Amino acid sequence: MASLLNASSSAIFGAKKELCVAPCSSMAHRSRRHASNKVLAVMAPAQSPRTPSASGSVKHAMTMTEKILARASEKSHLEPGENVWVNVDVLMTHDVCGPGTIGIFKKEFGQNAQVWDREKIVIIPDHYIFTSDERANRNVDILRDFCLEQNIKYFYDIIDLSNFKANPDYKGVCHIALAQEGHCRPGEVLLGTDSHTCNAGAFGQFATGIGNTDAGFVMGTGKLLLKVPPTLRFVLDGEMPNYLLAKDLILQIIGEITVAGATYKSMEFVGSTIQGLNMEERMTLCNMVVEAGGKNGVVPADEVTFKYLEDKTSKNFEPVYSDDNARFIQEYRIDVSKLEPLVAKPHSPDNRALARECKDVKIDRVYIGSCTGGKTEDFLAAAKVFLASGKRVKVPTFLVPATQKVWMDIYSLPVPGSGGKTCSQIFEEAGCDTPASPSCGACLGGPRDTYARMNDPQVCVSTTNRNFPGRMGHKEGQIYLASPYTAAASALSGYVTDPRDFLM
Amino acid sequence: MATTAMAAAAISATPSTVKNSFYACNNHAPFLSSCRPRLSFHHRLSSSPLTLPSLSAPKYSPIHRHCAASASSKVDASIANFHGPCYVLGDNIDTDQIIPAEYLTLVPSKPDEYEKLGSYAFIGLPSAAYSTPFIASGATKTGFPIIIAGANFGCGSSREHAPVALGAAGSRAVIAESYARIFFRNSVATGEIYPVECERVGLWKECTTGDIVTVELGENRLINHTTGKEYKLKPIGDAGPVIEAGGIFAYARKTGMIAAPSN
Repeated sequence: MASLLNASSSAIFGAKKELCVAPCSSMAHRSRRHASNKVLAVMAPAQSPRTPSASGSVKHAMTMTEKILARASEKSHLEPGENVWVNVDVLMTHDVCGPGTIGIFKKEFGQNAQVWDREKIVIIPDHYIFTSDERANRNVDILRDFCLEQNIKYFYDIIDLSNFKANPDYKGVCHIALAQEGHCRPGEVLLGTDSHTCNAGAFGQFATGIGNTDAGFVMGTGKLLLKVPPTLRFVLDGEMPNYLLAKDLILQIIGEITVAGATYKSMEFVGSTIQGLNMEERMTLCNMVVEAGGKNGVVPADEVTFKYLEDKTSKNFEPVYSDDNARFIQEYRIDVSKLEPLVAKPHSPDNRALARECKDVKIDRVYIGSCTGGKTEDFLAAAKVFLASGKRVKVPTFLVPATQKVWMDIYSLPVPGSGGKTCSQIFEEAGCDTPASPSCGACLGGPRDTYARMNDPQVCVSTTNRNFPGRMGHKEGQIYLASPYTAAASALSGYVTDPRDFLM
Repeated sequence: MATTAMAAAAISATPSTVKNSFYACNNHAPFLSSCRPRLSFHHRLSSSPLTLPSLSAPKYSPIHRHCAASASSKVDASIANFHGPCYVLGDNIDTDQIIPAEYLTLVPSKPDEYEKLGSYAFIGLPSAAYSTPFIASGATKTGFPIIIAGANFGCGSSREHAPVALGAAGSRAVIAESYARIFFRNSVATGEIYPVECERVGLWKECTTGDIVTVELGENRLINHTTGKEYKLKPIGDAGPVIEAGGIFAYARKTGMIAAPSN
């Protein structure tokens, strides 16, 4: 295995790795997990930044992430490990972290300070919205007061909690709103006070989650000190089977590299399979990069990206792409045609198992929602399974569209092969709960009265992103993370179910 | 366990003392964060000399938080120590276990809500695996100034409420095998808790909740007095200059990126 960096010629200074795609027993998985901690190539130790004249360094090829950060820090070249001040294109915050961020901003910059750019801050209430919790409601008020004071251009406000449709500005889940409202653009730097900000990497930009203090700093300066991450490259090739979704791909990867496998690293997704994914599927992939510890995820922008952006933004953008001989610390190759539907069993996103091997796990409920699994494509996928079955669900099945747009799509888009039925009709016929008001909902539990919160120790199959103890509410709740296909199939049988039971 | 009971007793005497020094410097402005944060790690440590109890009568002397002005006087890191009972956790302790989502309506920059956050620290831990509560029933502060954990501590959410809750509860340092990056970053940026890495994989398995430990930052050393073992700690690395300066804002002022606060 290559260990030292050969600066001038080697494209990849870690070993290339074929991911195990055969079903593995849990024992093998555990021992592989320990082994992978030792096997991964170690990059060259981080070096303090040197001026080009002092080092006489040759200009090296750069990865996408390195290029984006180089441009944003006004440097011609960057190495992984360097700490640089980066210009931020968009800062996002929501109702949970916004008030704290605002508090820090005012304390550090002064009560009368102005934000660095009123058009580059996007404030999106989405987490604890449809609740009677007074503090939660107050937090949205805090956002509103600040937006009025600062004349923030993009504030997706909600005032009437009893009817989300009565709020023309309200969108819903921040990461999907950012995409749908045209705030995600190739080549840019997007920071958000939420771990799933990495979702936007699907657009070929650098997007990562930060805390209140960092965000307060960006609010005043438009800059942040960031450490340049090295990149792990994932090459996904092969025709996507009709029973697999992007969720299965990312669960496969997280299961392989573990919840800390990408810590402080960038995850780059390329290959023919990726090129065939639509934008929402690419978002699902990048969304869960943080679950592997990743700093950010990227998918190179292409025609699919540009088409999506056509009617959403008129801003100019300049995509960047990894150089041919850019250096990656590790490259993984995956033949997608060999994969099978997966779940992440309780209580870790890397506790990977084949859905079909969990067919004896009786479940109590199914949850389809969140930035990870509550987009239009996710609901279309679930509808496809319900349509193929024609039967009714055996357990309570909760549907929480991510945004107003998604909700409208559920009620208006015809589902292919259904003779013109909408998702909502198919869901109703299958006996699912009525699609709820768009928000983050019970993905992270939330206040006690949150719709679909798990308040008892039940077993749930969910299209969300994390299943650590207590994630959806009850500490003893058992959450199986899955794709919308697998979630719908499981709802129909009352057990964790491989969607091929219905799709083939 | 005797140690925990004594620690709890010591802690029950703390709240009013902390509260007095805390509210003494609160300038009553709305939405301003407490004047407690933004102290450099070194400044906080040195302002509260620790008494090292004899091994036969372990007792946790709570650190009083002084609301001094911003980090104007830098102190020699070599005298920075933490001492007291440790709380031991395994791998992959995520932010939902540190501070469950239902408590995130509390805004950390509001002093009273900051304190409340602290009282909920680690309430998300499964009781079966962690039978000793981090904060004793009825208390609002922890008896454990030092947390010892396995790999990937703080994984999950970007919520800054996580390191804030630990700091507000009264913990001083986490000694972990490794950290999730957002949690590490937030710990450094806020100055709420010192995120230290240990050299030894599986350190947490050799310690038990309640063991009396000393963390010597200057010496990069952890001493477990109860077991008699010593461990090497890793130097802080790239985050060092930011912590030395007192967090991201102080660092930015020091390097000329931003000006001092206008009021």
